[in-house]
Amino acid sequence: MSTDTNVTSETSAAPWAFEGYEMVVGLEVHVELATRTKLFSGSPNRFGDEPNTNIDPVTLGLPGALPVLNRQAVELAMKIGLALNCTVQPCTFARKNYFYPDMPKAYQISQYEDPLNVDGWLDLPDGTRIGIERAHMEEDAGKTVHAGASGRVHGAEHSLIDLNRAGVPLVEIVSRPDMRSPEQARQYVSELRAILLAVGASDAKMEEGSMRVDANVSVRRPGGELGTRCEIKNVNSIRSVGRAIEYEAKRQIVLIEGGEAVRQQTRHWDEGDGKTHTLRDKEDADDYRYFLEPDLVPLVPERSWVEAVRSSLPVLPSARRVALAEAAGSAPDDESIVTIVDRGQDAYVFAVVDAGGDVGRAVVHVQQAFAEFDAAPPVPAGDLAALTTLETGGQLTATQAKTVLAVLVDRGGGDPAAIAAEHGFEAMDTSELEAMVDEAIAAQPDAWEKFRAGEGKAMGALVGHIMKASKGQADGKLVSQILQQRKG
Amino acid sequence: MSEYPTALQIAEGVRSGDLKAVDVVEQHLTTIADTDGEIHAFNHVMADEARERAAAVDATVAAGGDPGPMAGVPVALKDNMCTRGVPTTCSSKILAGWLPPYDATVVQRLTAAGAVFVGKTNLDEFAMGSSTENSAFGPTRNPLDTERVPGGSSGGSAAAVAAGFAPVSLGSDTGGSIRQPAALCGVVGVKPTYGRVSRLGLIAFGSSLDQIGPFTHTVADAALTLETICGHDPGDSTSIPEPAPEFSAVLDRGVDGLRIGRITDLPEGADPDVVARTDEAFAALESAGATIVDVEVPAFTYGLTAYYLIAPAEASSNLARFDGVRYGLRVDGADVEEMMRNTRTAGFGDEVKRRILLGTYALSAGYYDAYYGKALKIRRLMAEDFAAAYQQCDVLLTPSSPSVAFPFGSKTDDPFAMYLCDTYTIPANLTGDPAMSVPFGDGADDLPVGVQIIAPSLGESVMLQVAAELERSAP
Repeated sequence: MSTDTNVTSETSAAPWAFEGYEMVVGLEVHVELATRTKLFSGSPNRFGDEPNTNIDPVTLGLPGALPVLNRQAVELAMKIGLALNCTVQPCTFARKNYFYPDMPKAYQISQYEDPLNVDGWLDLPDGTRIGIERAHMEEDAGKTVHAGASGRVHGAEHSLIDLNRAGVPLVEIVSRPDMRSPEQARQYVSELRAILLAVGASDAKMEEGSMRVDANVSVRRPGGELGTRCEIKNVNSIRSVGRAIEYEAKRQIVLIEGGEAVRQQTRHWDEGDGKTHTLRDKEDADDYRYFLEPDLVPLVPERSWVEAVRSSLPVLPSARRVALAEAAGSAPDDESIVTIVDRGQDAYVFAVVDAGGDVGRAVVHVQQAFAEFDAAPPVPAGDLAALTTLETGGQLTATQAKTVLAVLVDRGGGDPAAIAAEHGFEAMDTSELEAMVDEAIAAQPDAWEKFRAGEGKAMGALVGHIMKASKGQADGKLVSQILQQRKG
Repeated sequence: MSEYPTALQIAEGVRSGDLKAVDVVEQHLTTIADTDGEIHAFNHVMADEARERAAAVDATVAAGGDPGPMAGVPVALKDNMCTRGVPTTCSSKILAGWLPPYDATVVQRLTAAGAVFVGKTNLDEFAMGSSTENSAFGPTRNPLDTERVPGGSSGGSAAAVAAGFAPVSLGSDTGGSIRQPAALCGVVGVKPTYGRVSRLGLIAFGSSLDQIGPFTHTVADAALTLETICGHDPGDSTSIPEPAPEFSAVLDRGVDGLRIGRITDLPEGADPDVVARTDEAFAALESAGATIVDVEVPAFTYGLTAYYLIAPAEASSNLARFDGVRYGLRVDGADVEEMMRNTRTAGFGDEVKRRILLGTYALSAGYYDAYYGKALKIRRLMAEDFAAAYQQCDVLLTPSSPSVAFPFGSKTDDPFAMYLCDTYTIPANLTGDPAMSVPFGDGADDLPVGVQIIAPSLGESVMLQVAAELERSAP
């Protein structure tokens, strides 16, 4: 889970560049829709059941079976499109023909020439706008398990096919090649996932395969002609999205710098060795012989239906980040804001504020203490509000407040003042602190000399000493103020 | 008219208690046992199931109930319609051993109407052919002359009615596969409007063209069967959301005031005897009060070409599922791809392979626009030309087949000559319009000639009205 939920800030917002090249990245994201039944039949759409139990004549591709479009799937697909600012349009289904043992009809029903959703966009938390070319419906294939040996095709004695997933509704969201760094790609996937969860279209679990990312990567001199692209498959976590793209872009740059051409290929990301490997060259690609699916009729969503779906959309993460950031006086892409909205805890923060709490302290506590909780943390908003009031009133230090909050979490709430009293937390007066500072200087003369000489780091040793002596009750901020004053 | 009892007579007798369904069925099973060894209309006779069903129908009557408008009527089914637990082969080796786990919608509807299935009939493999010579299980013989073909692809169903094995059979018509064998066997054959009859459970050949319809001795029996099998099915997305009209009500209306279109630019190639009978049919209708109107349908000529791109294209995709993985024939190989190749090589006959190749080619990158794309344009033109013709007339009349039944082997070495059998029937598949063949006198060698009536979309009633007049005035 943790790999999926958070955009780690290991890279800065600085543009990615290597040997004077930039990367050009577009992502194709497949998501399984959270429908009750499959896209074209009544079998349950459920992950994790006994193999080959959620099947029927349509799923099996039996002779004479016919597809019937699932209305709920269309509705969820529209939600995705509308949340991504797409135009919802009349659309058609096509057959994509290819032989594969887990593809029962030997064709996939997909939208080709006229997809349901076109021409939208997604804004990253930092405001970068990524174009969405299309978001179309299609059916999933089954799963092939290679038995024996390594679990891969080579060395397998036989293969087993599970058709539970065959016919599960997918939406493929195709971005424009608007991303220029691994960080942007990660943010895009993270933001897209947040939107999917917010509108309830998918559970978007990359580890269960209900959200799958393929990356189209090419490199070029900034502003130059687009380079030849490679498609990277098997990118199964948000972390891998960044790693795979980074690796692939560098691989292409090294090729070009070595005087070789990049070949248009489909490549496989190997999480183990951290490299991409050739799956197939463009010239070996299948000819899918697309044509209109004659077993289905064009889908023309009535205007009233589209508008009803549009008005049912919840407030999306980007708008919620702006609202929370405004209230907290920070930027929408501040890590704490992004994290809280990601977890769906922004409404809780507002509840704390409504109960008279301090928004800044509430944001800090919610981000730090509620990581393992979902939208509804176990501490009543009023109790957290009371806690922040004690802090801002100077009755509790930040460290003490943390301790009290831990107790509140354990007990599922309570009176913060009473808990503080149980722990003997009282605000130390300044003279007491001054004495402790004197004692620390006497005990650590070396550190004091260094600190006086301007070595900021040396303050840590002195503060640590005081914290230890006060059993954590000293207000760290006040201590450093006193130290600065003494230094003169 | 035929010497056999009609479906209407049987149903009336069974419902009134004058006839026992078990007796009716036994008589038909006896006829089948006596002569189907020679005719080979059936791939599979459902004797036990039929006796059981007939007994149940009789029991319903005995208990004072009504088994339905087709009570006790023996029905033969083309062997490309799924029947639960009963072999369904498409006359192909590739479906060897497969038992469908469900009934086609038409099977459910006929069962609900009291009909009794007596067997599954032979066809050109996967309905690809015009003589039933492409069956993997051997050809069906024409009951009127056993040295000749019954037509195809629904040759078994047409022969089953002509031979008295059942008063009603169902066929499927993708390019003429009901109307052409109906003409060659001297029976009535109807292809309803595309979408009138559910395709659910019909094993697809060309999905945008396939339509199920009946073979009968009489127009009235055809109307009765259509009333049973037509109507909306939510299980088929291309099914038209319209209830089945009461077709039987129009049969006595005559043709006074109707305008019958004669296509002046109809492709040539019909034999003189066929042309002569068709002219007589126009004359008969005119003397019954209809007006004959000359119309042009320029795209008619291009129908065959367009069809032999569109139908194979769809077939190449529809038949891809027969890969040996899940059901039917499997011929092992070193790996899964070789297994698929071996299975399909052994399982499909030459004509099926020819059409899969044609269709795959027509859809391939670089060829799509020149072949499949152009064929779709002709299809649109065809619809426009027919719509213009319908501005001037109520129905169109043409020959059903360019010739009467032909001898075995006379066209098997020349696929194109075989394809020409469908010249007159194909356009109605491309437009989706209803069309039917009704016997109208004999041609060469005293073999029957069928004339085709084509009507606008959902115009089955007026089509049957004209057919009933031709039936009354046939020589």
